[in-house]
Amino acid sequence: MAQEEINKAVSGEYSLGFEIDIETDVVPPGLNEDTIRFISKKKEEPEWMLELRLKAFEKWQKMEEPRWGHLKYEPIDYQSISYFAAPKKGPESLDEVDPKILEAYKKLGIPLEEQKQLAGVAVDAVVDSVSVKTTYTEELNKHGIIFCSISEAIKDYPELIKKYMFSVVPMTDNFYAALNSAVFTDGTFVYIPKGVRCPMELSTYFRINALNTGQFERTLIVADEGSYVSYNEGCSAPTRDENQLHAAVVELVAMKDAEIKYSTIQNWYPGDENGKGGIYNFVTKRGICAGDNSKISWTQVETGSAITWKYPSCILKGDNSVGEFYSVAVTTLAQQADTGTKMIHLGKNTSSTIISKGISAMKGQNTYRGLVKIGANAHGARNYSECDSLLIGDQCGAHTFPYLESKDIHGQVEHEATTSKISDEQLFYLRQRGIDEESAVSMIVHGFCKEVFSQLPMEYAVEAKALLELTLEGSVG
Amino acid sequence: MKILEIKDVHAKIGEKEILKGLNLELEPGKVHAIMGPNGAGKSTLSKTIVGHYDVEVTEGDILYKGKSILNMEPEERALEGIFLSFQHPVEIPGVNNAYFLRTALNAKRKHEGKEELNAAEFLREMKKYLEMLGMKADMISRSLNEGFSGGEKKRNEILQMLMLEPEVIILDEIDSGLDIDALRAVSEGINMMKDGKRSFLVITHYSRILDYIKPDYIHVLKDGRIIKTAGPELVAQLEEEGYESIEEEA
Ligand SMILES: Nc1ncnc2c1ncn2[C@@H]1O[C@H](COP(=O)(O)OP(=O)(O)OP(=O)(O)O)[C@@H](O)[C@H]1O
Ligand SMILES: [Mg+2]
Repeated sequence: MAQEEINKAVSGEYSLGFEIDIETDVVPPGLNEDTIRFISKKKEEPEWMLELRLKAFEKWQKMEEPRWGHLKYEPIDYQSISYFAAPKKGPESLDEVDPKILEAYKKLGIPLEEQKQLAGVAVDAVVDSVSVKTTYTEELNKHGIIFCSISEAIKDYPELIKKYMFSVVPMTDNFYAALNSAVFTDGTFVYIPKGVRCPMELSTYFRINALNTGQFERTLIVADEGSYVSYNEGCSAPTRDENQLHAAVVELVAMKDAEIKYSTIQNWYPGDENGKGGIYNFVTKRGICAGDNSKISWTQVETGSAITWKYPSCILKGDNSVGEFYSVAVTTLAQQADTGTKMIHLGKNTSSTIISKGISAMKGQNTYRGLVKIGANAHGARNYSECDSLLIGDQCGAHTFPYLESKDIHGQVEHEATTSKISDEQLFYLRQRGIDEESAVSMIVHGFCKEVFSQLPMEYAVEAKALLELTLEGSVG
Repeated sequence: MKILEIKDVHAKIGEKEILKGLNLELEPGKVHAIMGPNGAGKSTLSKTIVGHYDVEVTEGDILYKGKSILNMEPEERALEGIFLSFQHPVEIPGVNNAYFLRTALNAKRKHEGKEELNAAEFLREMKKYLEMLGMKADMISRSLNEGFSGGEKKRNEILQMLMLEPEVIILDEIDSGLDIDALRAVSEGINMMKDGKRSFLVITHYSRILDYIKPDYIHVLKDGRIIKTAGPELVAQLEEEGYESIEEEA
């Protein structure tokens, strides 16, 4: 407390040119121009990037935190957050890791080597804000594919970055995107050259490790003409007490005839049953189908975080382009999720599909918010939306807010929404056949999510299923 | 020895008493038919036996092979060999029919200390019965009961019965909504299960199915009690005179 008071009292000094020691691994909490200069310097960024960051910061200061989400939380003190942390030394071996976390890994069927990585034992995973090179690089190089950290990309591929960064999500798009633009510390850059089909699934584990450090990743994926890539973003965070802010930005660009498939499993610490602790996840994800016949597909399985605010979206600019959104969002304990998508139809004969499955248990609150917008020139645009909610127990809630704006009278939009309680009759039917209650619930829940899981890459789907089971364990009865 | 004894059972759904001192005994190897007017409590009786959570037993007892089952969970009763073919089988979207049935069968096999069946072994069995019941092959991959026609749902119940091999088999209006071919196929399935040990409790409104499966006893359930028990000859009388004519036996 006293330290906080002091920090506040001296924070005026920061902006007067108080230099942060560049040798430090964690900057003191607080956000001002110096923090941003520090981050940029630590990352050895060129001057133009620093300029962009400072511009974003200036705009951010004038912006207001959005409050329209169906979410309840105490205001975030942005000055109490530390905006940069180099990775801490991890534990020497798995013996030093919290047994509860190991138990969870085991139930998820995560192989031992991977457990070590997740627990921070090995260093060659993305740990905190500094990402480390992945192993596939060589194979990818053969195809001319770029897959590296965004910091490297800023140094090594400035032309691509200048061209595409902020092109899909402008730096002032929203409060969190502006914050991210000012302080992003790492993330991933992918470029698939013309006509190349990426020979493997690309994946990165993001983790939040150092206590009290906001995470601001930035991901940019560009698929050039006729190329294809499938990218998996998977997350896992160890238990902790303090609320942590996470405000990532993901931008996808699909050129003519290109396809990007982006899959997410999000399993950050959700907080306890009273909502204490847990991660605040305010993410901006957007893709543009810039060229004709291009396709972007978002698939997400969201089981973690105390608060999720996230609307992966597609701008369907090219004619005949396709946008897809498949989502399973689970809220249990006291979790709150306000998630959905936006499909912006600009090109002719564009089509989009939205399949959203919300599962609420215990005191979880789940909100779907979706916008389908059909522009005046989007002749022949089609959308199909299906939003289903499943309630387990009677303390939880589900809310659906579909919005439609159509300037083209011929646009075809179909919307279906259902809310069902996990029915006692379904549960009883399975139990009457000798299936125990817990297995019966998980069978019904998996059935409910099937359309989404079937969109995930195979191993990922297996992981998602295990995760769902673990998340809902003990929430019935 | 009786396989199932229902002793003076009073049961409520919500605040309403529906079974009002019901007595019934099932003998091994016998087919017991229950007939009675709409709303008499026939489905409630079947739910009571399998432990449905809507039903609260306030008095009396139910013994299966001599032991009370009232404190057993529904899945325990099922694993011990009590099966209910539901009057209205519920739809479970996204749950693959074969996957469901294999899970149920393996739960039972595990309970009995037997090896679990792998997917290939299971499918071979399932296909055999599908064919026997005149069911389409896509019943393997479709979601459990989802979009099934009335007759398909009933055949799917019989399929489960055949594969799970229970010992007390309760069939709640298995014949409702079946066409002639389906009725014959379902009856054949039931007759196949007769082995001199299993007992059947067949709830029906029509004599037609009874022509196929030849009941040993007819019980009349009215206003929450069994008011008469007789041989198969009673069916003809009921068809002619209705339930009004039946006087409660002393
Ligand atoms: N969940 C419930 N809530 C309230 N009342 C119920 C419920 N289930 C059954 N009942 C009532 O209990 C009584 C007996 O119902 P039950 O379904 O056992 O009759 P039934 O003999 O099977 O009739 P049918 O021949 O029409 O199938 C009816 O009056 C019914 O309305
Ligand atoms: Mg009935």
